[in-house]
Amino acid sequence: MAEAKHDAASHAAAPLPWTEIFEWAQALLSGGLILTGAFFVIAGAIGILRMPDFYTRIHAAGMTDTMGAEFILLGLIIQSGFTQTSLKLLLIAFFLFITSPTATHAIAHAAHLSGLKPKLGPYQAPDLDDIGKGDGS
Amino acid sequence: MNSHMILRVVGKFLIPLIVIFGLYVHFHGDFGPGGGFQAGVIVAAAIILYALLFGLKACKEAVPPSWIRIGMTLGVLFYVGTGVFTWLLGASFLDFDPIHPDIDHAMGQHIGIILVEIGVLLTVATVMVAIFYAFGSRQPEIMDEEQDF
Repeated sequence: MAEAKHDAASHAAAPLPWTEIFEWAQALLSGGLILTGAFFVIAGAIGILRMPDFYTRIHAAGMTDTMGAEFILLGLIIQSGFTQTSLKLLLIAFFLFITSPTATHAIAHAAHLSGLKPKLGPYQAPDLDDIGKGDGS
Repeated sequence: MNSHMILRVVGKFLIPLIVIFGLYVHFHGDFGPGGGFQAGVIVAAAIILYALLFGLKACKEAVPPSWIRIGMTLGVLFYVGTGVFTWLLGASFLDFDPIHPDIDHAMGQHIGIILVEIGVLLTVATVMVAIFYAFGSRQPEIMDEEQDF
């Protein structure tokens, strides 16, 4: 009923179709955020495979946990609008934002305490063609 | 001590929230995934996290092993007591219908299942902590005689 009334009003005065614009903006914004999150997850995965030593690898893994997951969750929150699902996703995002850097810190700290030294000095990443021929630092 | 500062601060903030989440899972068991067992494990995980961060001694002061023993038995007593209570109301064992007169909305079932699940929550949480205490309180060194098997 209200929908029909709104339609009639919009035909009469021909204002902008705000609900449609809002839906498009919601879809575009959430899609963009999810894609950004997916980019960070892929970047983290490549980083874990390509980085030279433990500490730099754990940096890449932490990036996957925080930036990737946070952006994806933010996109999902915008997708679901003002609902209970959205609130739960917000809580998940909040706890992930606190716990995953803490977990990364705990792992790195344990490695540091047990005496693992980071690789220092200039480093040449192995050529992509040479990967898989042994060495495997 | 200072090397665990970040973990301890985050843990202090998170442990109460983990317990609240356990209670949410517990009372949500009627309507969706959840229930006493999962909630008990989550509550026990909060206590074990406290023990990992602050040491077993501090955890045993916060949650004494005597409480654990009482909790284990009290949970089973709650479960069986609900069943016996329905016996006394004239129904069969663990038949919750006569607990509440509102049969149409199955109120008796709701109340009964919550009571039973409270027993499960208590027992599971305390048994998990008891297992952790039992493993954690072992002597770390093995005697020389026992070393070669």
